[in-house]
Amino acid sequence: MTGAAIRVDGLRVVRGGRVVLPQLTCEVVAGSVTGLLGPSGSGKSTLIRAIVGVQRVVGGTVEVLGEPAGSKRLRSRVGYMTQAPSVYGDLTVRENLRFFARVLGAPAAAVERAIADVSLADHADWIVGRLSGGQLTRVSLATALLGDPDLLVLDEPTVGLDPVLRRDLWALFHGLAAQGRTLLVSSHVMDEADRCQRLLLLREGRLLAAATPAELRQRTGAAQLDEAFLRLVDEAAAA
Amino acid sequence: MSGRVTFAVAARVLAQLRRDPRTIALVIGVPCLLETLLEQLFEGQGQVFQHVGAPLLGLFPFVTMFLVTSITMLRERRSGTLERLMTLPLGKLDLLAGYGIAFAVLAALQAAVVSALTFGLLGLDVAGPRWLVGALAVANAVLGTALGLFVSAFAQTEFQAVQFMPAIVFPQILLCGLFVARDAMAGWLHAISDALPLTYAYDALAQTAADTLGARFAADVGVVSGCILLALALGAATLRRRTP
Repeated sequence: MTGAAIRVDGLRVVRGGRVVLPQLTCEVVAGSVTGLLGPSGSGKSTLIRAIVGVQRVVGGTVEVLGEPAGSKRLRSRVGYMTQAPSVYGDLTVRENLRFFARVLGAPAAAVERAIADVSLADHADWIVGRLSGGQLTRVSLATALLGDPDLLVLDEPTVGLDPVLRRDLWALFHGLAAQGRTLLVSSHVMDEADRCQRLLLLREGRLLAAATPAELRQRTGAAQLDEAFLRLVDEAAAA
Repeated sequence: MSGRVTFAVAARVLAQLRRDPRTIALVIGVPCLLETLLEQLFEGQGQVFQHVGAPLLGLFPFVTMFLVTSITMLRERRSGTLERLMTLPLGKLDLLAGYGIAFAVLAALQAAVVSALTFGLLGLDVAGPRWLVGALAVANAVLGTALGLFVSAFAQTEFQAVQFMPAIVFPQILLCGLFVARDAMAGWLHAISDALPLTYAYDALAQTAADTLGARFAADVGVVSGCILLALALGAATLRRRTP
C-alpha cells in the first residue's frame, strides 16, 4: 500500500439540475482492489465518470495517478469500462479489440490476451451484436484491459455473469493488483464486497464508509456486509 | 493528431460498412437507378440529360454521405462508444479525419461505378475530363461527411437525423443552379444560394462539363475546400470530452 492512486476532494457534480454528488471526498489506495458499492442511483457511475475525466464537475478536485483527472497523459494509463457496454455491435469481438488496441498503440498479442482473460476465445470471431448480455459485458471489459493500464476503473463488470465467470474475473482483478495495478470496481451487489480489499460505500452521493471488509464488520458488529451496510445507513440517518 | 489513430478509425468504419452489404448496395445502386431513370425520362431530349447528368453524378455522394455519416456518428454518440473513445489517446481530429477517409473511400467506389454506367451505357458526355467529375464527386462526399458529422450533434434520435437531410440538403440542391440558373433567380434567392456550399460544388461540376476550367473553377474548388475545413472545425467543436 503505497499512497493513493485516486484522490477525490470536495467533488460536487450536478446532472440535469439534480445534485448527484454534493461534496465527496475519498481516496483509492494504490495497488488495491477497491470496491465502490452502493445502491443504484447512489452516484457510483458519476464518480467513475469524474475519475476518468468525462464528467463535467461543478467543484472540487479529482487527482488520478498524481495528475488532474482527464489529463492527456492519463489517457493511455487508465482503463475504463463503462456501465453500458460501449463496443461496436456490428463488428466481431476481435475486430472491436483490435480497433481499441490500435488506438492505444497496444500490440496485437494484447488483443488475444484480453480475449483469453475474459474467457471469450471461443467467441472471438462472433459479431458482438449476437452475443448474450454477459458476453457483451466481457467484451467491454476486455477493451479496458488493453494497453496495460496502471489504473482500471470498471463500472459493474460482473453484473449478470454466472458464478464461475465471476470468480474467474475476481481472480483476474486480484492478479492485476498483485502486479501493482490499482482497480476500482463498482457494484450494487453487496455480496461482491467480500472480494474487495477495500470498500467505498456510497449512498445518495455521500460516502458512508471507507474501510476494509474486516474493519466494517468490526465497526458495525455485523457478520454479513449487507447487514453492516444497513447499520451504517441507520447510523447516518440517526446522526 | 496521429496517423496510426486516424487510420484505425477509418479502418474500423470501413469494417462496419463491409458488415452491411445492403447499405453498400443501396449507396451504389440507387444513384445508378436514378441516372438510368433520368436518361429514359428525357429520351428524345438528349440535351437535358447532358445538362443534369454530370452534376447529379457529382452531387449524389454529397447526399448519400451526409445521411450515412450523420446516422453513424449519432450511433457513436448514443451507444457510449464516443464517451469511451474520449477517454483514450485519440484526438478529435483523428476521429473526424478517420470518418472522412472512410466515407471518401466509399464515395470513390460509388463514383467509379456510377460514372462507368453513366459515361458508358447511358452515353453521357462531358467536354472536360471525366476523371475530374469523379474527383469532384469524392470532394463533395467529404463535404457531405463533414456536414453530417457536425449536424449529428443536434439530433437526439435517428428520426431527427434523417430529417436533417431534407432540411439541410434539399434547399441547397434547389438553389445551387441545377434547376433554375442562378442569374434567373429572385435577388434574395440568389443571395441565399451565394452562401450555400453546394452552389460552388455544382458550379465546379458545370465548369467541368463545359470544359471551362479557369479562375472561376479554381475559386469554386477553393470555396468547397474551405467549407469542408469549416464543417470539420465545427464538428470538432461539438465533440466534448466532458459531458453533463
